[in-house]
This record gives sequence, C-alpha cells and structure tokens, in this order.
Amino acid sequence: MTSAPTPGFPHRHLLGIEGLSRPDIEALLERADAAVALSRQVEKKRTTLRGRTQINLFFEPSTRTQASFELAGKRLGADVMNMSVASSSVKKGETLIDTAATLNAMRPDIIVVRHHAAGAVHLLARKVDCAVVNAGDGAHEHPTQALLDALTIRRNKGRIEGLTVAICGDVLHSRVARSNIILLQALGARVRVIGPSTLLPTGLARFGVEVFTDMRKGLAGADIVMMLRLQRERMNGSFVPSVKEYFRYFGLDGDKLALAAPDALVMHPGPMNRGVEISSEVADGAQSLIREQVEMGVAVRMAVLEALATHLPNA
Amino acid sequence: MSQPPLLLTNATLCDPAAGRQAPGHVLVREGRIADIAWGAALVAPEGAETIDCAGHVLSPGLIDMRAFVGEPGAEHRETLASASAAAAAGGVTTLVCMPDTNPVIDGPAIVDFVLRRARDTACVHVLPAAAITKGLAGREMTEFGLLQEAGAVAFTDGLKAVANAQVLRRALTYARDFDALIMQHVEEPDLVGEGVMNEGEMASRLGLLGIPREAETVMLERDIRLVRLTGARYHAAMISTADSVEIVRRAKADGLPVTCGASVNNLVLNEGDIGHYRTFCRLSPPLRHETDRLALVAALNEGVVDVIVSDHNPQDVETKRLPFAEAADGALGIETLLGAALRLVHTGDIALPRLLAALTAHPAKILGREAGRLALGAPADLTLIDLDVPYVLDKRRLKSRSKNSPFDEARLQGAAMLTLVGGRIVFRDRSFA
Repeated sequence: MTSAPTPGFPHRHLLGIEGLSRPDIEALLERADAAVALSRQVEKKRTTLRGRTQINLFFEPSTRTQASFELAGKRLGADVMNMSVASSSVKKGETLIDTAATLNAMRPDIIVVRHHAAGAVHLLARKVDCAVVNAGDGAHEHPTQALLDALTIRRNKGRIEGLTVAICGDVLHSRVARSNIILLQALGARVRVIGPSTLLPTGLARFGVEVFTDMRKGLAGADIVMMLRLQRERMNGSFVPSVKEYFRYFGLDGDKLALAAPDALVMHPGPMNRGVEISSEVADGAQSLIREQVEMGVAVRMAVLEALATHLPNA
Repeated sequence: MSQPPLLLTNATLCDPAAGRQAPGHVLVREGRIADIAWGAALVAPEGAETIDCAGHVLSPGLIDMRAFVGEPGAEHRETLASASAAAAAGGVTTLVCMPDTNPVIDGPAIVDFVLRRARDTACVHVLPAAAITKGLAGREMTEFGLLQEAGAVAFTDGLKAVANAQVLRRALTYARDFDALIMQHVEEPDLVGEGVMNEGEMASRLGLLGIPREAETVMLERDIRLVRLTGARYHAAMISTADSVEIVRRAKADGLPVTCGASVNNLVLNEGDIGHYRTFCRLSPPLRHETDRLALVAALNEGVVDVIVSDHNPQDVETKRLPFAEAADGALGIETLLGAALRLVHTGDIALPRLLAALTAHPAKILGREAGRLALGAPADLTLIDLDVPYVLDKRRLKSRSKNSPFDEARLQGAAMLTLVGGRIVFRDRSFA
C-alpha cells in the first residue's frame, strides 16, 4: 500500500469521527482498501511503522479490538505492546493520568486507548506527546468501528451515499452508534435509529436521524441493518423488563429482517448475544456481514495507524 | 478597638436596597457608616484617613449565601482563612459556609468551633449554616433551636437534598416554630441517578448521562406544596431551569414564604462551556441550556430570583483531573463572583443596582442581617468596585487553596478595588494605591 494517491491526513490523533471531514474519511477508506489487499497476500508485512512503538492501553477488557489493533500495528512493522489495566479501583482516573505520564516517558509513537469513561481518551491525549487513537471511550465514540463498518458497507454495496441504514438497540450506552451516526451521515446515508425509548438518548432527533420505537416500521426498506449489543446488566428490569420481551420486540430474526429491503445486509460490532438482540439464523445467514466486519477491522486500523504515522516526528 | 475615622470621597455610591446610584462620599466611624453625602462634599473630621475612590462604585459588601469551606476536615482544599481571603479579594464581606464539613456542622459545638476559628483566622464575616439532618444523612432532624442560639443562620443539607418528603415535612414544621430558614438543594437524587450534565443533545453527543430538568422541578414543586402545608420559610438554594422560574414565580404570587437563589455559573455559563469534557464545568445543578440561562437572567431582573451565590466549592487535582463522569462536582467561585456577575451588566442584561441587590440587600434580608445596605448606621461592610477594569483571569493568582475555576483564562471586566469589613480594610487591589 502506498500513500501517494491519498491526500494527507490533517489530524495528529484519531479521537472521534466528529471533526473528520468527508475527504478525511474517504482517504482513510481508500487506504483501508489497499490494506485489505495486502492482508490477503502471503507476505502481509510493510515497513511503514518500522522502529515505531505502539502501545495498546486497554482499561476495559476487549479481545477482538485489541487483537485487531495489535495485528494492524504488526503488519505495518511496529513494535506492539499490550497493556490491560485491571478495572477495579474507583480511583481509575488517577491511574489514567499517572499511567499516561508513565507511558509517555517510555517514548511510544502511538498509543491506542480504550476506557470506560467518555472523554477519557481526550484527557489522555492532552497529557502525552505521541499520537493517540481512540479505541472506544465510554458511550462517546469508537471511530475505528464506524470506519470498518463504512468500509464493509462500501465494499458490499459499492457506495454509502443514498443508502438507508437502520441502527437498532441500546443506542443510549453505545459509542458504536454515535460514531456510526456521524460517519454515515457525513457520507450521505440516511440513518434511522430503532430502540425502546429507555435506551434512546434524549435529543436524538437533533442528530438528524429518524427515530423509531417500532422495529417493524423502522426496518421497512432498510438497506443495512446494524444491530447493537445489549449489556447483560441492562436486560433485567432497569432499562428493559426481560430478555424475552426485548427479543420479541427488538431482536432481529428472519421475520423482522424480511421487512427490510430484499438485499439488505446485517451487521453487528460483536460480541453478539445470540437470542437477545439477534437470532443465530440471521447472524449466520446469507445476509450477514458479521465475519467480514472483523477482517475489515484490521484493514481500517492499518489505514488509521499509517495515516497518523505521517505526522510522527522524522516520518 | 478604636480606629481613626475613614472618609471615602469621590465615589459613585450605589445603594441597591433603595435602587439608588449617584456620586457621593461616605464617612466610616467605629465600624459603621457614620455619614453619607449624596452629591455634596463631606468635610473630613480631624484625624480622619481619606481615600479617594476615583469615581468607582461604592457598594455594600457582597453577601455570598453558599460557600463550601474545607474547615474542619478538608483543610488541604480550603480553610476559613483562605476562603475569607478569597472572599475579600472578590469584594465579599459575608459568606455563609455550608455544613458539608468533617465533622458535619450538625451540633452547637461545631457551630461554635467554626465561629471561633473564623473570629481568629478569617477576615470577613463567616456565618455557618447548619445541617437539617444529622450527619447530612437525610433522616433525623438536628437541634434547630440550639443551633440557632449557637449562631447558625440557616439550615441546609448542603450538597444534598432532603429527599424524604416526611423528613422534610417535619423539618419545615419544626423550623416554623423557631422562624428558622430552610435552604434546600433542589435535586431529586433518584432522577439525577448517574447523570453528570444537563440532559439533552449536548450530553448525548458527548456520550455522558444526563440530569433531566425534572430532577429539579419535581423536587421544587413537592417542596413548595410542603411549604404551603407548613408555612415555614423556604429558600431554594439554586435553581437552574426555566420551568423552576415559573414554579417560584407562582409560589411567590401565592404569598408563600419562598425565595430562591441562582449560581453565578448558571447565570453566565451554559452547557456548551463544558466543551471537550472540562471537569471544572461539572457542577450541581449542572450548567443548562442557553434558554434556561436566559430565563434565569430574566428572572433575576424581575426579582423572581432573589440572590446570586458563588456556590464556591474548592476541589483539588485528585477530584478534578479525572474523566468527566468520574470527577467531583463543584467550582471555585467566591473570588470571581463579582467579576463574573458583572458580565450581565456589561452585556446590558441587567442594571447595576439590580445586580448588586441580589448580591447584597436581598441575601441580607433573607438572612436577617443588618448589612447589605448603604445607610446611616449600617455596618461599614463596603466594597469599592472598578466596573471597567479588564483582565484575563489567572487561576494561579487566586487566593483559594484550590484552583478549579471555570473562569480560568476567561476575559472578565470589573473587580473589587477595596474591601472593608466593619470599617477595616481587608483587601486592597495592587493597582489601587
């Protein structure tokens, strides 16, 4: 993959989709397409990040995102170190600032951060000298997830402009939903949001999306159905009465999917709760892109790391 | 203790109680206002010190009804000495300190302790507010009578609301017998839940859980019904929403003994000031939408909002340099109260006497103090204000022990040049020789 045909990436960090322009996003997707091709070769490695140190700092446990960032960094030739910080102490924030200062002293070039509090990655980015990638901060943003979703859609539908995308489930607590709403709208998609009102943030209509509390209506004619994960602690009475009732009204099964466009495609950021927000029949069915999303994840993260590398000292 | 008389000449006198503003001179003797000349000159008595006020505004000293001081228990954040120095520098001559200390101000001995410490270390008047419930736990009433005798000027559970309606009903009923003032922090804790900022589009975009306006209005309406039932004097410590203004307006129109305050933060800032997770703007009540702010300013103009408070709440690095959702509520305010509030004068939203009334005469009346007016015989608690001096606030120069000011690096205009408490100069700005 060469960076010649794509314009420069004018940001030092990737903290969110908010703040990225359409050309910024499209340039990242172009790079990612090239990274897909590279990753499908026998020889998968490049030297773009040779000599660079990448630290994956995860305050929240994550298997797939961390593995994806690790592989992306390694394919570009970086030395990758994984740090999982146990999430028990209530004084986590102190750990955050202290950890940031400590890691910064080790002179990394890129830090990839996931944290359970919204804004924590912004806070950390102000305390370090290197590039910072947001791998998910609370219910705020998860920019690489939105980018990989966009890449997956674009490669399957050939475009994003004009598509109708339905995002379904626990939007209130979802960083994936926020990043996707911003990104998909920036690329010209029509975005619908579907969920029970207890799981929809207030002021959602002001994001420019159409809001549905009846999934059957919300799915009508949709080109893409994007399901969100419902956390276990929110299933039993606090936000929805039960798993059974949730699946009945907001779980994606074959019947409900039949209401979407005939060639509709199904996505899920993972990990899935089968039988809660999605049935196995749909998750493993012909319309599902869920496996492909994982592959695109590595490619998009390679693209992001490479784009940020253009700003690293002595690049 | 005998001081020489002090003549303050060439001032623009402002008596907010009377709504009067005109050039004049004031003579201070034995800690009180001994003479006032509106317009005409005053002859300095023999041995008097004279200060030329250079045409600046001479106002009664500010009275701040809501300040958190870390003494006793959190002296690393603020002491009575540091809080009072900050107050003096901000033109505040009386502060009401909240009972959220360790130990809590819920017994006469602690009131006595605070008053003694203030007498020995503070340079402004410190009036303790005592807890409504023991340990601020929201269950058992404190000794209103004994606490009042010891010097408590009001009763409040500080940062907490008395959430239990039965407890509040009994407290109001009992308070009426002692003509005690109940000051409630109107925030329904269950509706606040895990919320950290105003509920709405901004919170949704930042991925933060919201505090609905109803957390305030539900409790305010309930409380006012209990005031109607009991007849006690009730002061909503700080309101923050447009709907709350209407609720208080109705209660006042019905003749209920209800007053309310607003934090200077809610009057001059809005939720947009949080920007990218500025924890110094994490407050309780939260900064609201601009429409709420405008409604509060209008209510201040009409007199529906009686007082402006600083809601001074010193926090340190350990409680503020955290992700927004994990940080503590609260901001410094007592030293910037005047400068921040004057923004409303400079924008033309409110006339100076009206603004100063909410900072002097109104709180004095609610607290039953004789200060807060520019009148013969009144205590010589005075503040000389340069309305126009422009500056960029530098938090490192604040006198508080903490530095969590939401106005750090803000452009402000107007500051105290000279502060007198009981006729004694407790602050003099370096630029005012």
